[in-house]
Formats: sequence, C-alpha cells, structure tokens
Amino acid sequence: MRVRFQISISKSHLTSTRVPLHSSAMGDFLEFQDISKHFGSTRAVDHVSFGVKKGEFFSLLGPSGCGKTTLLRLLAGFEQPDSGRLILDGEDITALPPHKRPVNTVFQNYALFPHLTVRENIAFGPRVAKWPRSKIDDAVAGLLKLTQMEEKADRKPHQISGGQKQRVAIARALINKPRVLLLDEPLAALDLKLRQHMLLELDLIHDEVGITFLYVTHDQTEAMSLSDRIAVMNNGHVEQIGAPAEIYETPVSGFVAAFIGDTNFLDGRVLRIDEEDPNYCLIEVAGLPEFVCYNDKQKKPGDLVHLSIRPEKFHISNEAPKSRSGSKNAFRAKVEDVIYMGTLTKYWIRIQNHRLAISQPHGRFLLDEKPPRWGDEVWIWFHADDGYMLDRFNPSEADQAAEVETAGRPESRV
Amino acid sequence: MSARHSRSPAIITATVLLFFYLPILVLVLDSFNASRFAGQWGGWSLHWYARLFQEPAIWNALRNTLIVAFSATAASAVLGTAAAFALHRWRSRLQKVHYALVYTPLVIPEILMGMSLLLFFVALHVQLGLVTIFLAHVTFCISYVAMVVLARLQDFDFAVIEAAQDLGANHWITLRRVLLPMLAPGIAAGSLLAFTLSIDDFVITFFVAGKGSTTLPVLVYSMIKHGATPLINALSTILLAVTFVVVSITQRLTEE
Repeated sequence: MRVRFQISISKSHLTSTRVPLHSSAMGDFLEFQDISKHFGSTRAVDHVSFGVKKGEFFSLLGPSGCGKTTLLRLLAGFEQPDSGRLILDGEDITALPPHKRPVNTVFQNYALFPHLTVRENIAFGPRVAKWPRSKIDDAVAGLLKLTQMEEKADRKPHQISGGQKQRVAIARALINKPRVLLLDEPLAALDLKLRQHMLLELDLIHDEVGITFLYVTHDQTEAMSLSDRIAVMNNGHVEQIGAPAEIYETPVSGFVAAFIGDTNFLDGRVLRIDEEDPNYCLIEVAGLPEFVCYNDKQKKPGDLVHLSIRPEKFHISNEAPKSRSGSKNAFRAKVEDVIYMGTLTKYWIRIQNHRLAISQPHGRFLLDEKPPRWGDEVWIWFHADDGYMLDRFNPSEADQAAEVETAGRPESRV
Repeated sequence: MSARHSRSPAIITATVLLFFYLPILVLVLDSFNASRFAGQWGGWSLHWYARLFQEPAIWNALRNTLIVAFSATAASAVLGTAAAFALHRWRSRLQKVHYALVYTPLVIPEILMGMSLLLFFVALHVQLGLVTIFLAHVTFCISYVAMVVLARLQDFDFAVIEAAQDLGANHWITLRRVLLPMLAPGIAAGSLLAFTLSIDDFVITFFVAGKGSTTLPVLVYSMIKHGATPLINALSTILLAVTFVVVSITQRLTEE
C-alpha cells in the first residue's frame, strides 16, 4: 500500500471525449449568430452565438427561464429573433416561416393530432408535401418499425400510453428527414422508469438515423447521458459549451459548477507559485491550512481565485493519509452529518467556518476500515489536480443553480 | 334519523315534470284526435296531418322557416366560430368588452331585441321580409355558436397548430386539416343549437317579418288567434319532433 492515491490526470483528455459518430470535424452545420430575443422587457435570449456540428447530439441545458426553449422555438420558426441570424448548412433560414424550415420538432406534450390515428399522425408531413402514396406508406411503415408502434398504428392518440405517444411524436418528426431534429423536454412528461427507458431509445434512434439532434432539457442527467456536447444556459446567455465530462470537470463559472452536480466552493488567494513545478501554486483560504492547486489559469501571487472541488474528489478517513506527497492536500476536520445513500455515503464536514460536502463509495470502509461517524475528528484530503479554478464566480448565481439542482426535477416547463 | 328516505323529493320531482310535460303530451295526443274539439276523444286519426299538407299557407311558412334557419345557421357558424377564436386567442384590454358584446344577445329580452331591430330596419327604410328575419336571427345565433365553440377552445392544445406548421403545413392547410376537423364537433353542436333556435323563434321574428315572409311559429300564432284548430296541434307536434331530434344530435356531439 505504498502509492495508494497515485493520481495523475492529464487535463487534455477531457476535451476529446465522445467524438460524435456522424460528425466530420468540418465547420458548423447549424449556427446561431448573435441571436437576441426579448419578450416585453424580459431578455429571453441575449446575444447568443454558437455552432452545432453535423450529426451531433447537442443539448441546451439550464434552469427554467434560461432561454433554452426560446432558442429552440427560434430555430423552429415559431418566434422571430430581434437580432442575429440562423444559418443551417450554409443557408440563412432566419426569415423562413416554420413550414418552410428543414427542421422538425418533438414537442414537450407531444402535440399529436387527436383526430388522426397513429399512422395518419406520422404521415401528416409527407401528405402535406404531397409525396406519392406508395412512398408515404413505405416511410410510415419504416418509422412504425423503428419506434415499435406497428401494432398500435390504427389507434387514436388517446388510446395509447405516454411512452407510445412520445414515440409517435418522434416518428412524426423524423419522417420528413429533417436536417435537425428539435426535442423540447421530450421526457419531462414521463415517469422515472419510462424516462430512463426512452433515454436509451433516443440514443439508439440518434445512432440509427444520423440526424443532428438539438435537445432542450433542464435535467442534467438526461443531458449528460445523451449529449455529445452540452450548452449550459443561464439568464439568456450560454455559460459554457463542451462535452459532458468537460463541463463537469472543468466548469467555467460558479453557475455551471453548481448546476451540474454538487460542488464545494472555496474563495482564496494565490500565495506563491510552486518552486518544483510551476504548473502548481500554493493557495491560501481563510480558515484552512494553505494547500497546493493546479494552476491552469496562470494565476500570479496575490490573485484571487474561486475553486470548485467536487464532493467525490475528497477522501475521508479516520486515519491520516499514508503517503503525503506534495500534491496531496490533507486537513483535519469534524464530521457534522453522515447520510448513507446505498451506492455512496455523503458526509458533511466542518473546518472552522467551512462546511464541505464529501461523497465516498463506502465498500472500502466497510471491509477494512471503520467508517467515519457523526462527531468524529477525521482526515480529509484531495489531490492538487482536483481543485478547479473558475473563470467567473457570482455567489448569487451559484446559490441559485445549487438550489435548482438540489430541488430535483421540476415536472413542468416554465 | 331514520334510514328511510323521505318521499317528498320524489313527489315534488314528479309534480314538476308533470307540469312541464303534461301540456305538451296533451297537445301531441290531441294532434291525433279525430274529433274537432279538444275536450272529447274521437279516436286515433292522422286526419289533421293530412289536412296540414293541403294548406298552401303552411307550406309557404315552412319554406320561409327553413330558408331562414339554414342561411342564418350557416352565417352564424362562420361568424360565431371566428368570434370565438378572437375571444380566445387575443388578449387585449377590450377583451372583456368583446366578450360581453358577444354574450349579451343571450340574455337580452327577446321582445327588446325584436323591437329595437324593427325600429332599426324602419329607420333605415329596409323592406321587412326574409332578409330582415335572416339578419335578426344571425344576431342572436352568432352568440350561441360563439359560446359553444369557445368552450371547445378552452381545452384546445394550440401546440398542435405549431406541430402542423412544423411539419410543413401552411396556414390554409393547418386550418383545413387540423383546426377545423378538431373543432368540427363544437362548430356542429353550436350550429345545430342555432338551427333549433332559429326554426322556432317567434318573438323576434314576429317583429321583423313582413308580408309574405311568415314563418311557422308566426303562422301558428295567427292560426291560434283565429280559433285553435287541431291543425296547429299537428303542426306543433312536427316542430317538436324536429327540434327534439336536432337537440339530441347536438348533445351527442358535445358529449364526445
């Protein structure tokens, strides 16, 4: 047990995770160029620019009212931007009415036509476009098969279940072979089990059809598990765009760090650069012993820093860490609360005025160590690479994001 | 408290129902009465129905009634549906006023409407006739259609309109393939209601009818004035039957 906590994370691997199957690394297929949209005096979308690659599964993630649904509706053509341009495959589609745009939408509450059967619902688009009858029949049959709705093809929407409605909505939107498929919180109306099931199906359908997906959700688990890339939105602007791991591990702002998963924030100041390795620096936080942190932001002595340290990056034990290399930061702390959660145990610990959340898989403790208990004086430690410096930190935004995140899933869209 | 139910509700209900329907029942029975006099039963007969079909005045009145009913229904179906839409979709400060304006004809005393319409037509020197009856009927039929369609719109999910546009349908196709089919039961129910109200409207029609534009209800009234003949009973029974059929279709449609 010499080098038990040998950690060496290269920061570069984070940016290259999950390269989408269908993407060629060329330019952006879909571009939002400096889009703004106001509703009355409310700024729903505020000078937003970003691009989506061809074949990508791209998510817009954020709390309600962050502007993600507005962006989707702007792309579908249901709203007109106050300024900015929408470019799809090199073509400016900003001025096109909804029925002329090569995109289709899966609506939150399905919006199936109640007076038409499943089959007629799916065939709606091609019929409007006046495809030949045999071609319509073939396409509908193919999609009924893809969505496993063959047996229910002649039912009306009120005769099928929520999950089945969802599939019909997807089939109906896919039949026109849209350049981009827009999904507006498609799983929000389903219960948990069904949601998990549809999550897998969506992933499979995306792989199968190879169409670019633009997915709007407030649920970080959905976005994390499905997306090639995620745009985290807040207050009408994009906070960060990146692969799920990138957003989780290297959040740019306090908002992103708190909205995606749990985290601990520490405010401090750079004391000095590490003599042995200039990539690291010593940080001073009031109430804590000074510690080492990876200095990827090239901070200089005296600079203020805001650190985000995820609960699972901490280790907690009744005993002192066995090896104490220079990059391992260990503190004495007191356990204030212990929450056993099955797959892991959550600890709330206190060091002077700091209250930190730590989560720990507990198999190890149960086997060869006595797990820390309420009131215990313990050791906690984390690796210098696991403290992440945020570019931006706004305490009220971070609080708000944490609240939304811990409040669980709101079931309705606002 | 005794567990036995009191009998008085049943008795009251029976009395009220009797009061409602006994006169109508007597009228219907009398229309099959072979005797000329309402007091005595002369055996079953379709005599009065046969006579009915030989009266040119009745045929003329029937024709007028149907012309007015169909045209007024058609016009108010279109206008009423449009009104319901305007009331539902747009939110302006005047919306409450608009609603009141559409709703008011339902509660205004008919005699007042009849009189004011008559004065209006006379002031404008409009020749009283089928056209004035048609216009008068449209004024109150619009309100009924609008109210029924509005009720349908309350639980209408407008996302389907966006869904249709999203799938490539322009405004016209959306209207024809999605909006109208979905609203059809409501529009039909409102129209049938308007139709029944139009065929048996008396008060307003009485005011605005001119020479040669007598409708059935007005004719019934004038026949009664010249002595109640069993002919009226037969005519009323037919009107009753038609109204009953139309109303039950309306109910079927609104229940769906």
